[in-house]
Amino acid sequence: MNPVNYLYLAALLFAIGATGVLIRRNAIVVFMCIELMLNACNLAFVAFSRLHGNLDGQIIAFFTMVVAAAEVVVGLAIIVSLFRSRHSASVDDASLMKL
Amino acid sequence: MSFPLLTATAALPAVGAIATAAVPAARRAAAKWLALFFSLATLVLAVVVLVRFDPDGDRYQLTESRAWIADFGVRYELGVDGIGVALIALTALLIPFIILAGWHDADPLETKSSRWRPTQGFFALILAVEAMVIISFEATDVFLFYIFFEAMLIPMYFLIGGFGDRAHAGSDEKASAQRSYAAVKFLLYNLVGGLIMLAAVIGLYVVAGNFSLQEIAEARANGSLDMATNTERLLFLGFFFAFAVKAPLWPLHTWLPNAMGEATAPVAVLITAVVDKVGTFAMLRFCLQLFPEASKWATPVILVLALISIIYGALLAVGQRDIKRLVAYASISHFGFIILGIFAMTSQGQSGATLYMVNHGLSTAALMLVAGFLISRRGSRLIADYGGVQKVAPVLAGTFLVGGLATLSLPGLAPFVSEFLVLVGVFARYPAVGIIATLGIVLAALYTLVLYQRTMTGPVKPEVSAMPDLRVRELAVVAPLIALLIGLGVYPKPLTELVNPAVKHTMSDVQKKDPQPEVEAAK
Amino acid sequence: MNTENLIALLVAAPLLGAAVLLCGGRRLDRVGPWLGTLLAAVPFVIGLVLFTDMLGKGAEERSLHQHLFSWIPVEGFQADVAFQLDQLSMTFVLLISGVGTLIHLYSIGYMEHDERRRRFFGYLNLFLAAMLLLVLADNYLLLYVGWEGVGLASYLLIGFWQHKPSAATAAKKAFLVNRVGDMGLSIAIMLMFTTFGTFAFEPVLGAAEETSEGKLTAIGLMLLLAACGKSAQVPLQSWLGDAMEGPTPVSALIHAATMVTAGVYLIVRSGVIFNGAPDAQLAVTVVGAVTLLFGAIVGCAKDDIKKALAGSTMSQIGYMILAAGLGPIGYVFAIMHLVTHGFFKAGLFLGAGSVMHGMNDEVDMRKYGGLRKYMPVTFVTFGLGYLAIIGFPGLSGFFSKDKIIEAAFAKGGTEGWILGSVALLGAAITAYYMTRVMIMTFFGEKRWEPDAQGNAPHPHESPKSMTIPMILLAVGSVFAGGFFSIGDRFMHWLEPVTHHDHGDSPLSAATVTGATMVVLVIGVSMAWVQYGRRPVPSVAPRGSLVTRAARRDLLQDDFNHVVLVRGGEHLTRSLVYVDHTLVDGVVNGTAASVGGLSGRLRKLQNGYARSYAVSMFGGAAVLIVATLLMRAV
Repeated sequence: MNPVNYLYLAALLFAIGATGVLIRRNAIVVFMCIELMLNACNLAFVAFSRLHGNLDGQIIAFFTMVVAAAEVVVGLAIIVSLFRSRHSASVDDASLMKL
Repeated sequence: MSFPLLTATAALPAVGAIATAAVPAARRAAAKWLALFFSLATLVLAVVVLVRFDPDGDRYQLTESRAWIADFGVRYELGVDGIGVALIALTALLIPFIILAGWHDADPLETKSSRWRPTQGFFALILAVEAMVIISFEATDVFLFYIFFEAMLIPMYFLIGGFGDRAHAGSDEKASAQRSYAAVKFLLYNLVGGLIMLAAVIGLYVVAGNFSLQEIAEARANGSLDMATNTERLLFLGFFFAFAVKAPLWPLHTWLPNAMGEATAPVAVLITAVVDKVGTFAMLRFCLQLFPEASKWATPVILVLALISIIYGALLAVGQRDIKRLVAYASISHFGFIILGIFAMTSQGQSGATLYMVNHGLSTAALMLVAGFLISRRGSRLIADYGGVQKVAPVLAGTFLVGGLATLSLPGLAPFVSEFLVLVGVFARYPAVGIIATLGIVLAALYTLVLYQRTMTGPVKPEVSAMPDLRVRELAVVAPLIALLIGLGVYPKPLTELVNPAVKHTMSDVQKKDPQPEVEAAK
Repeated sequence: MNTENLIALLVAAPLLGAAVLLCGGRRLDRVGPWLGTLLAAVPFVIGLVLFTDMLGKGAEERSLHQHLFSWIPVEGFQADVAFQLDQLSMTFVLLISGVGTLIHLYSIGYMEHDERRRRFFGYLNLFLAAMLLLVLADNYLLLYVGWEGVGLASYLLIGFWQHKPSAATAAKKAFLVNRVGDMGLSIAIMLMFTTFGTFAFEPVLGAAEETSEGKLTAIGLMLLLAACGKSAQVPLQSWLGDAMEGPTPVSALIHAATMVTAGVYLIVRSGVIFNGAPDAQLAVTVVGAVTLLFGAIVGCAKDDIKKALAGSTMSQIGYMILAAGLGPIGYVFAIMHLVTHGFFKAGLFLGAGSVMHGMNDEVDMRKYGGLRKYMPVTFVTFGLGYLAIIGFPGLSGFFSKDKIIEAAFAKGGTEGWILGSVALLGAAITAYYMTRVMIMTFFGEKRWEPDAQGNAPHPHESPKSMTIPMILLAVGSVFAGGFFSIGDRFMHWLEPVTHHDHGDSPLSAATVTGATMVVLVIGVSMAWVQYGRRPVPSVAPRGSLVTRAARRDLLQDDFNHVVLVRGGEHLTRSLVYVDHTLVDGVVNGTAASVGGLSGRLRKLQNGYARSYAVSMFGGAAVLIVATLLMRAV
C-alpha cells in the first residue's frame, strides 16, 4: 500500500480533531479532540519514518506519546477540579482570567 | 594588572545598595548609617581617582579592559578623561548630601506592617543609581554605556513613584496618582529615547564592527572607517535623541517638571544634578567623538533648540506656582546653556559646559534641598502658602537666598564662571545666539527673586510663624555646598585645569579651531 | 615694604567684616556695628597710606599693579584676579572708604534700635568690598564681579526691612533693572574678547585706537547700557526712586555717593574706547542730558524728601554722564563733580535721615516745616549741602558743575549749544527744587500733627554719632571744590589717566559763570515765590498735568507696568498653558492614542479558548501557505 495514503488519513484525523476543538464546548470532548490531533501527528511521523527509511519519526512519535500522557494527567486533573468547583465542564465558563 | 580603581568606584555603591537592602526591618537607623558610610567610602575612592588622574597625561586614564561578550565584540572597557573625573567627583560628592537630606524622607508610616522596609529600599535605590551613573561616566564601550544608561531608569522609577513628597497638598490618593503618573512618564520618555538609541547602537555595530569608543573614534580620525553621510547623520540622531530626552532639551522636557515636582527634594536633586548630567556628558563624549561631521551638520538646529530651552524654561519658571516645578523649569533653562556650550564648538564653550554641569549640580542641590527643608516644615509646595519666612527662620532664608543667587549666576559664585564661559564661547562663533542667550540672565534673576520675595519676605503668614530654623543635620548638608559654590566661584582653576586637556581633545575630534580675535587676525 | 601688596587688603578688610558679621551669629550683636565701622575704616587708612606714597612718585609711575592669582584659565581665555591702582582708582578708593566710614559711623546711631543691625553692618561691609573691587579691578570681568556685587549689596540693603512688601518689591526691581544693564556689560566684555582676545584694561585700551569704529561703537553702546542700569539713567532709571525704601544711610552711601556713580567710572575708565566712537559718545551725552532734565523735573514734584533727593541724584549723575560723554574735555569734570557730589549728596541724605529720625520716620515734606529751630546742626549742615548742590559761588558744586556746563558748550557745533543750554536749564531747575526742599523742611510754619495713635512727633537733634559725619561731609561740601580747583590740581592729578583736552568754547568762562548765576537766582526766587511767601498746604494740591505726571516719575513706571509687567505676566501665563496643553499634550496624546489602540486590541482577547484556537490554526495555516508559496517561487 502506498504510504502516502497514511498521510491523507493523518490529515483527515487532524482536521476532525481541529474542528472538534473549535466547535465543541465540553472540555472532555475538546480534550479528546486534542488527543486525536496528537495521534494524527504520530501517524504522520511514523509514515514519514517509513517513507524516509530512518527511525527519527518513530522516536518523535514516542516523545509525543509521553507528552500526551503527561498532558492527560495534568489536563484531566484540571478538568476534574474545574467540574468540582462549578459543576460544569464547559470551556466557556472558565473565564476567570478574562478582563 | 593594577588595582581596578574605576571598577571599585562603581562597585562600592552597588555593594552598598545590596547591603543596605538586606538590613532587617527593625534596624532602620542602621540602614541609613550604612548607606551614608558607603556613599562616603565612594567619595573617598572618587577622590583617589581625582588624585591619581594626571590632567596632562593620556586622554583616557586608569583604563581597564576585559573581554565580555566576545561574539558581539562587547568589551568591559573603562577609562576616564578630565570631564569624566569631574563628573564622577560631583556624583560621589552629592550622594552623601542627598542621603543626609533625605534622612527622614522614607521613614515608614505607622500604619504599615512591621515587615515593611521602605527606608532600606530608599537608600539602597539611591546607592544603586549612584553606581550606575558612575559606571556610565567611566564606560568607553558604547554597549556597556548603553546598558547602564538604561538600567538607571529602573531604580529612578521606583524612587519617583514610590517615595513621593509627603507634604503634597490634597488627599493621599490624589497625590499617589500624580506620583505614579510622573514616574510612568519619566520611564516612558526615557525608554523611548533609549530604544531609539539602541537601534543606533546596533547600527553603529553594523557599520563599525565593534563597540569600542576609542577604536571607532581612532578609525574615524585616520580615515579607515568611512561612514556614508546619511548613515552618520541617522546614527547621530539616534544617539542625540536619547541624550536630549535625558538632558532634557526642549521640546522633550515635559517629564522633568512632573518628576521633580512629585519626587522628594533629595530625589529631585538626584534627577537633575546627577542623572541628567549623563545626558549632557554623553553628548560631549559620544556624539561629538563618534559623529563629528554629523554633529557639525546638526549644530544650527541644536543651538536653536537650546536657545528655546533657555528662554522658554526661564519664562515658564516665572509662571510656576509650585516651588519644585519652578526649580525644574530653571534647570531646563540651565541645561539649555550646557548644550549651547557643547555645540558652540569652542574651547571656552565646552570648558564652560563641563564646568556648568558641575556647578549646576551644586547650585541646584543647594537651592532644591533647602526648598525641600522648607516644604517639609510647612507641608505645601505652593509658593503662595509661604510669606515672611526670613523673619522666623533667618538661616534657612539666608541659605535659600545663596542657593538662588547661585542659580541666577551671581559673579563670585561658581555658576557665574561656567555661564560666562559658555556665553563667551557661543558669542565668539555665533554672536546673535550669544546675545539672545544673555537674556537668560535677566530672566534667571526674575524667577529667583520672585520666588525669594514671595516665600521669604513680607509679613509673616500665620501658618509659618512657628517654623523652626535649620537643624544641625540640615545645616551640615547646606553649608558645605555653599562653601563649595563660593570656593569654585573664586578659585575655579583646579577644575578648569582638569577639564582643559579633555576639551582640547574633543576640539580636535571635531576638527574645529577657536575663532581668532579680530586684532590678532588682522596682524 | 612693597606698597602694591596693600591693595588686596583694601578689599579684604571689609570682605572679612562681611563674612564675620553675617556668619557670626548673635554673639556679635553688641560689637557688630563697631567692628563693621572699624573694618570700613581700614581701607580708608590704607588708602591714605597708598595715597601719600603715590604723591611721592612721578606722575607716570603712580599706577600700581597687584596680581593675586589666575582666576579662570581656559584655552585662549585668561581672566585674572589682579588689581590696578592708578589716580582714578585712588580717587574712588578715598571717596568710597571715606564716605563709607562716615556713614558706618552715622548708622551706629541711626540703626541703634534695630534688632538686626549686625546684619545691616555686614551688608554695608559687603557693599564696600564689592565697590572697592569694582574700582580696583584691572580687567572688565573682575570689574563685573564688583559690579554685580554692589548690585547684590544694594538689593539686600534696599530690602533690609523685608517685612515691608514695598521694600521687598523695590529691592527686586532694583536688582532686575540692574540686570538689564549687566546684560550690556557682559555683552561688552564678550565683544572685547572677540575683538581683542582679552578684557584686561591695559591691552584693550592700548589696542582700542587701532580698532574699527564699528566695533568700538558697539562696545561703547553696551557699556552705556551697563552704565544706565547702575547709574539710574534714562531709560533704566526707574529703580532709584523706589530704592529709597532702604534705610537712609544706605540711600546716602549707595544710592547717592558711590554705587550709582559706578557708571560714570565705567565710561571714564573706558574713555579710549569712547574717544574712538563718536556715535557712542553722542549717545552718552544724550542720555546724560535727558536724564539730568528728567531727574530734575521728577525732583520738583515729589513730596517725599528722600524721593526728591533721589530725583536730584539722578539729575546730578546725568551731569556726570553728560560730561563723560564729552570725551577728554569732560572726563576730569565728571569725576570732580562725582567727588563733590559724593560729599554734598551724602550730607543731604544724612540730613534727611536726621530729620526723619526726629520726626518718627515721617518722609512727607508737607508734614515738616520750621524745623530749623529744633535741629540746628542738621539745619546748618543740610543748608551747606543745599548751597553746594545749587552751585552757590565758592562752594563745591559751583566749581564742578560750572566746569561741566562750560565743557558742554565747548563741545562745539549745534550739539554744544544744545547740551550747554540743557545743562544750564538743569541748573535752574536744580536751584528750584532744592530751594523747595529746603523751605518746606526747615522754614515756614510747623505742619506736623499727631498720627492715628495720637503720637505727635517731638523733633529733636540727633545724637553725636550722627551729627559728626554730617558736619564732616558739610565741610567737604564747602571746601572740596575750591580745593580741587586751586591751580587745577585735580585736573593734573587725573591727567595721566584721562588725558585732558581743553577744547575751545564759543563762550568765555566768565560768560558761562554769569549765565549760571542768573539761572540760579531765577530758580531760587521761583521756589521762594511759590513756597516761601505762601503757606505750604499739608495736602498736596492736584497740580497741573505735568506735575501729576512728574509725581508718577513721568509715567515711566506706568509704561513699565503695562508693557513689561502685564505683558510678561500674560506671556508666561500663556506659555504655561502652551507647555501644558501643546507640548505636553502631544506627548500625552501619543500616550492616549497608544492606550486607545491597545484597548481595542484587548477586545480580541474575549476569553473563549476556541477563538484563541482559531487564531492559532489560522496563524499556522498562513505560515504553511507562506512556506509553500516560498517553495514555489
